[in-house]
Amino acid sequence: MRRYGIAGTALALLLALAGCGGGDEEGGSDGAISGEITVLTQRTDIVNTVLQEYKKKFETKYPGTTVKFEAITDYEGEVRIRMNTKEYGDVLLIPNSVTDDLLSTFFEPLGTIDELKDRYRFVRNEKVLDGKVYGLAITGNAQGFVYNKKVWQQAGITAPPRTPAEFLAALTAIRDRTDAIPLYTNYKDAWPLSQWEGLRGVVSGDPDAAIKLARDDAPWAPGREHHVVDSLLFDIVQQGLTEPDPTTTNWEQSKGMIGTGKVATMMLGSWAIVQMQGAATDKADIGYLPFPSQVNGKFHTVIAGDYKNAININSRNKATARAWIDWFTNESNYAVDQGGISPVISQAMPTTLADLTAANTEFIELSPPPKGEEGLADRIGNQAEIALGDGKYRQRIVDAARGAKKETRDEIFADLNRKWSDAKSKVK
Amino acid sequence: MWVVAAARTPTGRHDDVRPGLPEGLGFQMATPTNTASRFSGLSGKIPQRRLGPTGRRRQGPPRRKPRTPYLFLIVPVALLVVFTYIPVLGMFGYSVTSWNGLSPTREFIGADNYVEIATRPELFGVLRVSLYYVGASVVQIVLALYFATVLSFNVRFRNLFKGIIFFPYLINGVAIAMVFLYFFEPGGTLDSTLSALGLGDLSRQWLGDPGTINYSLAGTSIWRYLGLNFVLFLGAIQSIPAQMYEAAEIDGANRWHQFRFLILPGIRPIVGLSFILAIGGSLSVFEIPYIMTGGANGSETFVTQTVHLAFKAYKVGLASAMAVVLLLIILLITWVQRRIVPDERVELS
Repeated sequence: MRRYGIAGTALALLLALAGCGGGDEEGGSDGAISGEITVLTQRTDIVNTVLQEYKKKFETKYPGTTVKFEAITDYEGEVRIRMNTKEYGDVLLIPNSVTDDLLSTFFEPLGTIDELKDRYRFVRNEKVLDGKVYGLAITGNAQGFVYNKKVWQQAGITAPPRTPAEFLAALTAIRDRTDAIPLYTNYKDAWPLSQWEGLRGVVSGDPDAAIKLARDDAPWAPGREHHVVDSLLFDIVQQGLTEPDPTTTNWEQSKGMIGTGKVATMMLGSWAIVQMQGAATDKADIGYLPFPSQVNGKFHTVIAGDYKNAININSRNKATARAWIDWFTNESNYAVDQGGISPVISQAMPTTLADLTAANTEFIELSPPPKGEEGLADRIGNQAEIALGDGKYRQRIVDAARGAKKETRDEIFADLNRKWSDAKSKVK
Repeated sequence: MWVVAAARTPTGRHDDVRPGLPEGLGFQMATPTNTASRFSGLSGKIPQRRLGPTGRRRQGPPRRKPRTPYLFLIVPVALLVVFTYIPVLGMFGYSVTSWNGLSPTREFIGADNYVEIATRPELFGVLRVSLYYVGASVVQIVLALYFATVLSFNVRFRNLFKGIIFFPYLINGVAIAMVFLYFFEPGGTLDSTLSALGLGDLSRQWLGDPGTINYSLAGTSIWRYLGLNFVLFLGAIQSIPAQMYEAAEIDGANRWHQFRFLILPGIRPIVGLSFILAIGGSLSVFEIPYIMTGGANGSETFVTQTVHLAFKAYKVGLASAMAVVLLLIILLITWVQRRIVPDERVELS
């Protein structure tokens, strides 16, 4: 009896392993662009339309190649776990949670910074390790507020607010003079609150903001960027300028709400502009505001790369994978079509950002981190369990501000500072 | 005792009755085979043994053990080993490292994660939220017992009601969470029902109010899992032989008496099992709060907190240790429960 048991278990194990390891063996080329590649994408919405067009064009340009897409809904969560195996596609988008110190373990370098910096944006400071670039951005974003111009005009506000106080006054005017919700937090889905983290460098207009954050012992001390940003969020919620019940917000619905003027403002990267315009009755209603903070009389916004295409270091068809990335970056026109900033320097800024330009906003890119400090701020945040890239700690701020949690703003900031400085001493 | 009985029935017929039944399911043993034996003129002692499947029957004549059951067992056991025991062993392994879920190197740090858990009482603060679900599971078991009892008698539209009560258990948890988000949102189904009934004053932010949110979520949990308890109880009740009820009725027992002295003792092992599952489930609530609120606004449970640590702060080592601790807590509570309410044989007659 025991014999059967062990044999059966072993058999089941073998079957399971075989099932996991069933990768494709074909198309292994040594430098020749041919054969099949698998491309992982987060765009479940366009994988059967736009991406199929790309596939056709690429396969026409390079006969003998086949491109296969795998669209993943929970891209961040799923791909990170899959990266514990060798099978994570030939071309993939580097998950945001992969800290820069791990890049060389998982991805093939695409070239040195010096080779690429004159041709591409976002290669000096993002997904870079030891002077080598590991990913090319699919598109780029600026950071600010998406807003419904018509509602803001109805409330009598025509110029972008220049200080947090002016911004609060503007939202109050919207509440008093229109039926719209002045600012929608999208609290329930948590990730929209993480968009506020993209304001690093926007408040201070300082390209070194991320480096300074990692070296700071108290990022929530008065005057620091996190203090300014999170205080604004706290005040907006405390003054009742957000949705009445944040726990039942709905991301998909919120697009239509801002499109039809039921919501006036949302904090989102510029990638959201096109989606909001798609849900609007009139595209021209949707605009983009800079963050209400000026340095030397000027607004600033940070432009940064979105997800970046990279080659799996275990790929058996790196030549074709590289060809796909180059083609996607230079010829697909993806960034422009999506209203984003093209990763190719020679291409102009998109029309979606015309509002920022009109407000005389200066576009900055964050400077590259010094060696050994790559991704440091986020590692400290994770060690402190604040998880800057997640919306959870800002949910706490919203809860306190609306009176659902018995904490004052200063108590929260003191607690965050304490956790941060404890964690900072543990992270090297 | 059994030896005596076996001597009187040399065919050893009782010995062959369902040898594979697990302990604690003795109430299912009232089969026609046994009932027949009541009339075969045997002494009154045999019926007392009759309902116990695991009597001391080892003392019967030795027989060749059949192989077939083991062949059938290979598949479920293999699945269990591959998808449960090996991953659990892996979890023990992660729990003594500082792994971040991705890095190829896993630094061995011994019991540091466990020390950290023991020195951070705030990690256990969220267990307070489990109390709402413990309360809910008591309500759930009582309701399930009530419905199962009522529907075990001849009631009109009995099968329809059975279907209605069991149906929610068949729906996917994500769908339920979505449905209940619309149910609880301001001006949603619950609010409009209340105002239609003239109870609009009771409306509040069912999920937005930190004093209400856990009741709302626990209520959703009752709705979802009531059907499972109900079906378990119904099956158990229906396995009580019909002549017992007849006998009870002849003795003048009303429905309450039948429930109190016949049904409840008859299904006690299942009620006990339900409570063990309910307590374990309450400590490890995950699905409903995670999908509906993500653990926001004071609805965080031990498991959503663990998931946050593992997949948002990337402390897989610490989170694995927390999962191990939760496993130990549940094992401990189950053990205590079994000591307080021992799993007795059911003897109805």
